[in-house]
Amino acid sequence: MSEFFAQFAVPHPSTLIYIAMASIVLGSIALVAVVTYFKLWGYLWREWITTVDHKKIGIMYLIVALVMLFRGGVDAVMMRLQLAVPENSFLDAQHYNEVFTTHGVVMILFMAMPFITFFFNYLVPLQIGARDVAFPRLNNLAFWLFFMGMGLFNISFIIGGSPDSGWTSYFPLAGNEFSTSVGTNYYMLSLQIAGLGTLLTGINFITTIFKMRAPGMTLFKMPMFTWSALIANLIIVFAFPVLTVALAMGTMDRLFDTKFFAIGDGGMDMLWANLFWVWGHPEVYILILPAFGIFSEVISTFSRRNLYGYNSMVWSMIVISVFSFAVWTHHFFTMGQGAFTNSIFSITTMAIAIPTGVKIFNWLFTMYKGKIEMTTPMLYAMHFIPLFTLGGVTGVMLAMSAADYQYHNTMFLVAHFHNVIIPGVVYAMLAGLTFYWPKMFGFMLNERIGKATVWVMSTGFVLAFIPMYITGLDGQARRMYTYSESTGFSMLNMLSFVGAGIMSVSFLMLVWNIWYSFKNSPRDIGSDPWDARGLEWATHTPIPHYNFAITPDVTDSTSEAFWDSKKNGTKLFKGEIKDIHMPNNSGQTFILSVFFFIGGFALVFSMFTLAIISLIGILACMGYRSMEDDHGYHIHKHEVEETEKSYDKKGGAK
Amino acid sequence: MAKFFPIGQIMGFVFSLILTVIAMLVYFTDMSFTTGMIILLVTAFIQAGLQFMVFMHAGETEDKWAIYSNIIYGIGLIVLTILGTLLILIWDM
Ligand code: HEM
Ligand SMILES: [Cu+2]
Repeated sequence: MSEFFAQFAVPHPSTLIYIAMASIVLGSIALVAVVTYFKLWGYLWREWITTVDHKKIGIMYLIVALVMLFRGGVDAVMMRLQLAVPENSFLDAQHYNEVFTTHGVVMILFMAMPFITFFFNYLVPLQIGARDVAFPRLNNLAFWLFFMGMGLFNISFIIGGSPDSGWTSYFPLAGNEFSTSVGTNYYMLSLQIAGLGTLLTGINFITTIFKMRAPGMTLFKMPMFTWSALIANLIIVFAFPVLTVALAMGTMDRLFDTKFFAIGDGGMDMLWANLFWVWGHPEVYILILPAFGIFSEVISTFSRRNLYGYNSMVWSMIVISVFSFAVWTHHFFTMGQGAFTNSIFSITTMAIAIPTGVKIFNWLFTMYKGKIEMTTPMLYAMHFIPLFTLGGVTGVMLAMSAADYQYHNTMFLVAHFHNVIIPGVVYAMLAGLTFYWPKMFGFMLNERIGKATVWVMSTGFVLAFIPMYITGLDGQARRMYTYSESTGFSMLNMLSFVGAGIMSVSFLMLVWNIWYSFKNSPRDIGSDPWDARGLEWATHTPIPHYNFAITPDVTDSTSEAFWDSKKNGTKLFKGEIKDIHMPNNSGQTFILSVFFFIGGFALVFSMFTLAIISLIGILACMGYRSMEDDHGYHIHKHEVEETEKSYDKKGGAK
Repeated sequence: MAKFFPIGQIMGFVFSLILTVIAMLVYFTDMSFTTGMIILLVTAFIQAGLQFMVFMHAGETEDKWAIYSNIIYGIGLIVLTILGTLLILIWDM
């Protein structure tokens, strides 16, 4: 019996881990107690867990993203603290490995991915004038699968041990021989489950965008964010299956001793690196394209004009979607293939900078001809353009395979990808969050605190990451838990630590802003406080369950239908209110996902009986679903009319 | 009459059976590895196309252009990925 429990122990514990363990246990107990005390279980189940409303599912993604931003951020500060002075002993080598692995996985897959998925969910149906996504229940399932994958990954450090072979998890390091704890099993299985959710999201949104656009909305009249969502989801559908296959092979290598990625016995360790990056490079474009979409919305709104070069924006994204699958080798130029191959992939990589550059110039021209209003979202965009361009330029430096032998796996590389991901993806997410906040919650975030946050964040960012370019060129390797005084890296690493501290302050300012604005901001802001342009702003605030009482008709409008209706009086809502058909909530998806969680957990510890039981549970849920007949329900015409009247009294959009 | 007798589907079914038989012959007859592989690949792609068109109704809706361009896009990416992988791991190693 004690042997059974011994496998759940953390193999390499520390005081910090024990503190985290205790606080997680106490925190969970407190949470359950609060929910029980206020009798919120029923409310949570009916209104959130089982919901098929794209807006609520979006908010749940947002909450996960913010919590994971916090967790990944704590990891980041721990790493910078460890490296702040030479020969530091705050973390030992093993813990440092665990922390950078967790940081990478959490930030890319459990922070950035749900953040963009939040925007897909919240915005796409509104921007195309739909009442929900094409497959509402599948959407709920996608969220819960993603959530369970996230949860499984996050318990690893207190039950059985964290993965420690990097977010790239290269074999043979990730194989049983060198990674002896169950950590890498967690990696393989949690990404598998979460990735399944992401794949479902991809299918769902492609279908939604193709099939559910408002009458008159041709593809080339779609708002720019919806275009970016379409392309990103297309990449998801083609890239994620590669990850699925790679993870399945890796799982079998670890659990059943197959030899796919073994060095001997006919295995091929490089095959993992290859498959990982066949998914991995498209993945970075999955993240950046929706970010570009958000910036396009923000920049045209606050330049007070339409987006310059709409068609070239769309075509550059389509070109990027193809090219993003043609560059993956640049992540392992140094791993043994010949100069011929490297040259080909150098050229494709440099070429991808061209469509990216086209987009940058389009934003600049939009602003050049516009009348700029420097709100907080716009300030994020203004900081994004120069900082992201710097990251793109260092990317092109890395793209030169001969030179990459010098840069590869140094801090220079670390500086590059943070330089594109933070000003690119994170700024876009925060700009979008600030921009859409009043639509979601009915009050604005404070502009003064907001703008100060942007400046503090950028200051912290520059201090934290620019020094890494220098130490990287001087030879400081990434993923090393310490360095000696004589390397001369001390000063610049201390600077990075200070920068990381300042960035943490900026995130606390964001939290403070939410609290401050919740307390102080006026609530009578109408439904269009920014004087915005897209169809999503043609809804009431708060958005009614059915989004639009009458399906908008954009035959006579451009891609900025709401703006046209405000300026030229184009009529958006023709006809009269009818009964509205809506999908039913369902708890089956949650139950199905719980089986996935249990099955994943069982496989992590090779408890095959339990795994088979949960597999049966999964199949039973699917079987039940396929026998079920669910036609949704109707909101009656007079109910809709009454809801609409209550908005008229409050004075929202018509 | 056409509605009651789905001639297209029946032809498709027969044709897919023929393709399957041809593919199976590779196992039962004596031929070089290359010839066998070529026959398998060709029949497999025709088979997949047939299934798409006849049984998954790819070409029967208004937005068939979207379905076709997705399929072509997918095939393009697959070819790209496989050729690239072979180049990296075998031809230029
Ligand atoms: C002009 C565009 C870009 C170019 C030319 C470029 C080029 C490169 C190259 C050549 C590497 C590999 C360097 C090495 O391992 O030595 C790399 C790494 C990386 N890039 Fe970029 N990149 C670009 C944009 C982006 C964007 C937009 C993102 C994310 C949103 C991104 C995220 C990353 C990440 C995460 C890594 C490192 C992964 C790792 O090894 O852990 N890059 N980039
Ligand atoms: Cu890449």
